Amino acid sequence: MHPVRKQRLILVLVLVVLSSAAVGFVAYAMRGNIDFFYPPKAFAAGEVPMEKRIRAGGCVIPGSVQRADDSLDVQFVITDGVAELTVVFDKILPDLFAEGEAAVIAGRLLPSGVLQADQVLAKHDENYTPPEVADTMVSHEACMNGGKI
Amino acid sequence: MNWQWFHRLGSPRWFYQKTGAWLPWLALASVVLLSVGSVWGLGFVYEHGQQGNSYRIIYIHVPAALLALAGYYVMAISGAIGLIWRMKLSFAVMRAAASIGAVLSFICLVTGSLWGKPTWGTYWEWEARMTSMLILLFLYIGVIALSHAASREQSADKASALLALVGTVNIPIIYWSVNWWNSLHQRATLRVIEESRIDPVMFYPLLIMIIGFYCMYAWTLLTHTRTLLLKREMRTKWAQDELLGGR
Repeated sequence: MHPVRKQRLILVLVLVVLSSAAVGFVAYAMRGNIDFFYPPKAFAAGEVPMEKRIRAGGCVIPGSVQRADDSLDVQFVITDGVAELTVVFDKILPDLFAEGEAAVIAGRLLPSGVLQADQVLAKHDENYTPPEVADTMVSHEACMNGGKI
Repeated sequence: MNWQWFHRLGSPRWFYQKTGAWLPWLALASVVLLSVGSVWGLGFVYEHGQQGNSYRIIYIHVPAALLALAGYYVMAISGAIGLIWRMKLSFAVMRAAASIGAVLSFICLVTGSLWGKPTWGTYWEWEARMTSMLILLFLYIGVIALSHAASREQSADKASALLALVGTVNIPIIYWSVNWWNSLHQRATLRVIEESRIDPVMFYPLLIMIIGFYCMYAWTLLTHTRTLLLKREMRTKWAQDELLGGR
């Protein structure tokens, strides 16, 4: 290769490596802020600020959803396989919200340790399957172990 | 190794004349594959277990996303070749790839947003996958804008190529964002090493759409590059001959 071209090739590679390293360091330093939500274990460890809008994500434990008879109030428990977090919500849940599936909840952590939600999003997994195989115990178990979040 | 083919690429005229014959075949392949894939995927494959029919947007969203990412490397590598070998053709390819990539990222973002509402319950959230994809669109637009920014074409090409190269760091970030950070977007369904997380019947039309999008990408990239070459080389005899039909 011509020496001038070789030099330009090296300059191009240096540019790519250095700019990637710079962005990589910034992303590493901000990793806590890039996470979209806290898992329940972060709540259990006391890492989540109180009275500030935050997000939690986890698997909705099957059988934990309790609905009020006379209002939209709903309460459920999410888990990441390590800790559990109780969530209360008073609006309409998304269509894909389901027991044994993951959900992302935005709201405020009350002093009682309960998350008062103002928004609930359903997080679906990466599996594309036809209706008959979708709702299996295996799928729920994977969720309960934190496999879907 | 014989490098003749590589040096020939330095001749816009050779490229223009060589690629003309490929266009009808690429166009035909794109139209056939995309028609078969969309009719099959949108009309005939069974519904998704939880999402019902809304999952069918995967047949547009995923191929557009794949090509938006792969196309970035087309743009950045062409830019690097242009910077190193000072090849006019590769700068034209870079500029063409920028426009097509911008359109594909836009399609990916819009279809993803429309898909997000019925499934997640939101059109947009500032989470890692979506934000990094939006940055990709802005990088493509930035390269297009820079290519118009300088009065001398050579300076504009060099500046765009530098931006394209600096932006390459975003591609692995987009791809791995769902694994590195907690996100709303699910992890990759199509896996290279492991088995993909999709039912084979749902996968075949998706595969056809992906190959169709690749053909369409090649077709539009060649067409756009050829037009740019004619515009950039309009003072040369070969370009005038081509334009005036004096073959």
